Amino acid sequence: MCRLFAITSEEPLSPMVAIEALDVMREGHDGSGVGLFMRDLSGPFEDLKTAPILSGIFTREGIKRLDRFMMDIGFMTQYKLTIKVPKTPPPGTPRRDSYLIRAYEYPEEWEGCSQEELYDRLLETRLQLRRMGEEQGDMIVFSFWPDVIMIKEIGDPMKVAEYLDLGRKELKARVLMAQGRQNTNYEINLYACHPFFIQGFSTMTNGENTAFIPIREFLASRNFPGYSGYQSDSEVFTHILHYTMAKLGLGLEAYKHVITPLKDEDIARHPDAAFLKHLKHSCRRMIIDGPNCVIGCLSDHTLFMVQDRKKLRPGVVGGRPGMYAFSSEICGLDAAIPDRDKSSDFQPMYLDTAIVGPDRKEVSICRQTEKLPLPH
Amino acid sequence: MPADGKITPSTLSVKDLPWQIFWDKDKCTLCGKCTAVCPVSAIELGVFRKRIVEPALGIAEKPRHDYRIYYGIRQRTDPAYRCVGCAMCTMVCPNDAIMPQRSDEANKLVFHMDRGGQPRRRGGRRNVGGTILDRIKFIRISMLTDPALDAGRHEFELRTLLGRVLPPEDNLAFLSSNGWIPPVREIYPLVIGGMSFGALSPNMWEGLQMGVAYLNDELGMPVRICTGEGGCPPRLLRSRFLKNVILQIASGYFGWDEIIHAIPEMKEDPCAIEIKYGQGAKPGDGGLLMWYKVNELIAAIRGVPPGVSLPSPPTHQTKYSIEESVAKMIQSMYMAWDFRVPVFPKISATSTTLAVLNNLVRNPYAAGLAIDGEDGGTGAAYNVSMDHMGHPIASSLRDAYLNLVTVGRQNEIPLIAGGGVGKSGNLAANAAALIMLGASAVQTGKYIMQAAAGCLGSESDRCNICNIGQCPKGITSQDPRLYRRLDVEDVAQRVVDVFLTFDTELKKIIAPLGRSTSLPIGMADALGIDDSNAARRLKIKYVV
Repeated sequence: MCRLFAITSEEPLSPMVAIEALDVMREGHDGSGVGLFMRDLSGPFEDLKTAPILSGIFTREGIKRLDRFMMDIGFMTQYKLTIKVPKTPPPGTPRRDSYLIRAYEYPEEWEGCSQEELYDRLLETRLQLRRMGEEQGDMIVFSFWPDVIMIKEIGDPMKVAEYLDLGRKELKARVLMAQGRQNTNYEINLYACHPFFIQGFSTMTNGENTAFIPIREFLASRNFPGYSGYQSDSEVFTHILHYTMAKLGLGLEAYKHVITPLKDEDIARHPDAAFLKHLKHSCRRMIIDGPNCVIGCLSDHTLFMVQDRKKLRPGVVGGRPGMYAFSSEICGLDAAIPDRDKSSDFQPMYLDTAIVGPDRKEVSICRQTEKLPLPH
Repeated sequence: MPADGKITPSTLSVKDLPWQIFWDKDKCTLCGKCTAVCPVSAIELGVFRKRIVEPALGIAEKPRHDYRIYYGIRQRTDPAYRCVGCAMCTMVCPNDAIMPQRSDEANKLVFHMDRGGQPRRRGGRRNVGGTILDRIKFIRISMLTDPALDAGRHEFELRTLLGRVLPPEDNLAFLSSNGWIPPVREIYPLVIGGMSFGALSPNMWEGLQMGVAYLNDELGMPVRICTGEGGCPPRLLRSRFLKNVILQIASGYFGWDEIIHAIPEMKEDPCAIEIKYGQGAKPGDGGLLMWYKVNELIAAIRGVPPGVSLPSPPTHQTKYSIEESVAKMIQSMYMAWDFRVPVFPKISATSTTLAVLNNLVRNPYAAGLAIDGEDGGTGAAYNVSMDHMGHPIASSLRDAYLNLVTVGRQNEIPLIAGGGVGKSGNLAANAAALIMLGASAVQTGKYIMQAAAGCLGSESDRCNICNIGQCPKGITSQDPRLYRRLDVEDVAQRVVDVFLTFDTELKKIIAPLGRSTSLPIGMADALGIDDSNAARRLKIKYVV
């Protein structure tokens, strides 16, 4: 089963913190791939908070096509981080021409767009690049969003990180999410690699999603271009989060009520019983059937973890004010924040959503049986 | 046949009949029970004259012969009295001396079943064994990458929703603005399909209702039962058990005078209203209750004179277009219960299913669509309708579900599949296959008749005389001498047995797929079949 690690820190951290935590948990992943999500960036990106950053893997021809495409729209490169790699990749990792991280300046024509329109245009641009890449096999695009970098590659996480020199000083962030991949049912495809990203929301999951097909059918039929892809059964968790918050306008507390609703008798006792009944009925098609542990990140840098009741070994969250980490195994947490009060570690059970807000001051627990902060 | 007997075109020998009575003279005690019990008088007392030849042993003695008489059973060959193979004679025989057997000869009777120019009518089923549902396997077994669940100990939520489910955006918006949200029932996914009071005997009906009440009240399983088109007994209408009942209205509107008048006195709303536009056993034909069964009780409940046949028209006579009139009928039914009760149509599976469905998608009141496949049963129908009309349920349902997926409305209009579910005895496997092909719920009738009451019908044209009220088990008879054979409490207990067994078997299917928290509607990735054409048609995996 895949291994997950996420950390949020007041001080910017190197992604190696997350890679090292994955390495400690290596018993649980087979080294078939690694995915890294970085947000609230530091270093050269500190002053580029609003600039959309494109993350992906390109061939030489792909970069040429990318440049033509982006310039046609009116995007100007503001900053780029070039990752030069040694000639020989580690075993299992394909030889790539270019790992690209590039911050752009918005086209002039986009000025004055509402935020919603801007978000839709960024999404559409990413999807268009992805389609172009899939046609010619020369581009793989992970994210195109302000203050977000994503890197994914096939191979053992630590070896890939050393190969890409992820410890470089320009690469630091206050929020990191990383997944060490256990390739199971699906062929190795970087689009199947966690974390997944859509319009500011990102999640990663371990465990298989047995209800994948009906959920995919539901999302894909929402008539929203971003609900596509689905090379992995876990991508739906990210899209359900997006749907819950961006489309239904609900808070993070509602996410768990959508994917793992309470039993009917528990709903009957809940202070928001009527609301939850309707939510359960109308969102029934998004009920997951785990076992899954989901770790996710919101646009405001909030990190959270939820799991369903079948998850026999839950993930853990712990740390100290200013730095908290979420990990699928305790040893990963121990590696990243050894000097914490371990008695305050929290393993969320099937009713809990563990949340560390943007202030990074504490872990707050939202129990599903509690009243929801619903808009009136 | 006597030497001077007349041979007519319809004169048949026992050899020509599909069911032949084998009778053992040595075992027979001549008690007469078999002839008394035969529902169609196919056997009668036979007086046989037999010549006995006694050759002489000695030279002086001469050979001689003698005529003796013996008594036994004679099978009648008149097509009107042909044996139906029910084997009640075997059941009552104290010495196992008699048994009907299927002929190895091609059926000649079929050419002579139209006496008086009346085509054969019968009850029962299509008489074709097996269903493609039997061949569907569940192939996505959780192995190591995720745990298969323990069907016996894990918690399962196997309920389904009956009623129009709004898209989440609309539902939440209507909730906050106090808009009308269609009523939705949480029910058990196996529904007892429409079998009318009239088609079934009072004892059978009462037994089913009692069993369903027990499942609801004692076992917490929200099982629902549809009335069929025959009204509903007045006391049930005024009882709290009405919540277990789906009231059916069909083109004859039988019993609806009584129902409408009872509305002010109802303690509970019915579960739902099913508007029957068609049924799988006889698509395009209306309901039929033949005069044999229309006694005073049935006539009173249906609001008709006794002793007349009750053929419902094939369509609702006032309904000339689905766009307008069907929508109006759905709305009228909603109005009768102040928009608190879901109303959904039932149609025969047909190549035009999608046209109906697309229309219902645009009708915000349509609470579901029941689709009944060709293998559905009936109490009475023309043989030609049963044998040759209709559409299999699997592809009709699958097309409907995938069509809903295309427009993003899957599960918003629940599809209720029926017609041959469990016809080979594989009730849970057939139902699970239909659910994973896209059904929100499954309806079954014949399986319940067989399992809960011992219906003798099979797929070999056995018995099938439900239409004339001579059911030897008393299931579909209105004759108290017959239906007193059926003990109400025994039927109720068997209904409970059937549902508990179904529940366990359904869990045994979905637990290894790793599913427990919601019914795996549309989980077609779990399905496989060893027929590539069927796999392609149903969009499931081809496995060999």
